[in-house]
Amino acid sequence: MRMFDPHIHMTSRTTDDYEAMALAGIEAIVEPAFWLGQPRSSLGSFVDYFDGLIGWERFRAGQFGIWHHCAMGLNPKEANDEPLAREVLDVLGRYLAKDRVVAVGEIGFDAMTGAEERAFEAQLELAAEHDLPVLVHTPHRDKLHGTVRSLELVAASPVAPERVLIDHNNELTFERVLASGCWCGFTIYPDTKMDERRLVSIVEAEGLERMIVNSAADWGRSDPLKVPKTAAAMRAAGFPEQEIERLVWHNPVALFGQSGRLELGEIVPALRATFAGNSILRGARPQ
Amino acid sequence: MARSTVGWTQDVGHVIPLDHHALERALAARMDAPSRRWLEQARSEVERDPGTIATIFPAVGRAIGRAPLHPGAGAGDVHAWTLDAAARTLLLVAIGPAVSGEIAALYHHGDAAERCGVLRALAFLSVEDAVGVPLVEDALRTNDLYLIAASLGAYAFARLDDAALAQAVLKCVFVGVPLTGLGGLQERATPELACMLARYVHERVAAGRGVPDEVWPLIDRFGPSAELAAIEAELTHPEPDRRRAAQDALASRAARGALAGHAVQGALVGGAAQGALADRAAARARQES
Repeated sequence: MRMFDPHIHMTSRTTDDYEAMALAGIEAIVEPAFWLGQPRSSLGSFVDYFDGLIGWERFRAGQFGIWHHCAMGLNPKEANDEPLAREVLDVLGRYLAKDRVVAVGEIGFDAMTGAEERAFEAQLELAAEHDLPVLVHTPHRDKLHGTVRSLELVAASPVAPERVLIDHNNELTFERVLASGCWCGFTIYPDTKMDERRLVSIVEAEGLERMIVNSAADWGRSDPLKVPKTAAAMRAAGFPEQEIERLVWHNPVALFGQSGRLELGEIVPALRATFAGNSILRGARPQ
Repeated sequence: MARSTVGWTQDVGHVIPLDHHALERALAARMDAPSRRWLEQARSEVERDPGTIATIFPAVGRAIGRAPLHPGAGAGDVHAWTLDAAARTLLLVAIGPAVSGEIAALYHHGDAAERCGVLRALAFLSVEDAVGVPLVEDALRTNDLYLIAASLGAYAFARLDDAALAQAVLKCVFVGVPLTGLGGLQERATPELACMLARYVHERVAAGRGVPDEVWPLIDRFGPSAELAAIEAELTHPEPDRRRAAQDALASRAARGALAGHAVQGALVGGAAQGALADRAAARARQES
């Protein structure tokens, strides 16, 4: 079974994680641009991060046979530093044009501020301009209100709902998202957000149409194997293989395939390869 | 270097365009109708508004393809022109004089393929040295074989001084960029480059390692005697790995000299003498083991 983790921040993870993901069957990922746990103080820090997402991180993933794609965007928390946010939005267009950039994201709300809403709207416009899907983060606090407002902004934007993923849903938000025509993402976390058992209950009742599951693993306590673990939980609950594969492969391929920039061919892991001459095999120069 | 098709030179299997018209003809022969339309539209957009290159440039690989421009090129040939590099060159040519204001940002915000596109285009553009040379220097600081190969075109050969060029050639040997694809290297070879390469050979031999045989014509052209003597002295070194590495290196020198045909007679005689020395050292090594 092919598996796809459509939201994972590999920049914050180790090669052990890549190896475990590859062994568990994950063949492709989307890494959305987000914040780093603390705010950046200059445009250069954003640019270097964006360059890493299309450069070194893509190379690292390829070493393990994983097709790395990314979403480019200004995250909601840092949208609140408006002078810097304007600089980031000015340079973002260059990065939205890159190969394997399959969405604008993650954008959305954190604390429901005016600055967050302005950055959200500006980036919906950029998504339309660059013909890209959108990955929307919903807030940890005041989630229902944040989700509803996000759906309103999407509806008022030039981006069609079938090109938008509203992420991090729970039992109180998913029905509104499905009713809007947007894709409905569930982040499976060790403690918070959603777990495998609850996700299985939801898809048993609602079906799999426009449903997405991801790990959103990052620098916090999270688990990069939550997509395969969700597949295992569905198998234990009696879902047939093709249904499971629909959720963990075909759905994210259909969503991000709308960018025209998914690359999902075969990679033969080439552990001796280098990126800009620098290998992940520390110490031993590949020959 | 021999002439092949009009507008191209051929250097040991690597074709090097002489002007952008040659690139244009080669690319036209490889593009399908949608690619051709895309490129025509992209060219008229950047002619009208050079700033649009910022988002057109990254999209070139998707629109035109990334295969070798010449179908016969090997998959891992770092010197071979690609469809996207050729199309990127034509787009930058289309911008005209305004290209000087765009090219540094295109390079610095570019992924590896875009950076190769900028570097390969330099020879076909009117770009101030203060803008273009730092990009070449940046690429030469990386260890990416494709970037290094792309940076060492006619533009770099016309602008890098002897010391910088010698460092660049040594880097090629060190990281594995074949020297045979570097047009103009024969004209720019210096005694100092020959010494540096010979010292590098000695260093490799002392570590019991091999060297690419293509360094020998450059070394033997000037025959740096002290450095060559140091390599030959390794044939009798107590460490068997070093003796074996010296035998291998000097055997490849002799073979290269015989193949090249234009090698000076002294080098061939020297090579034969070294072969005999190597045989004796090998016999000694067998007795010891």
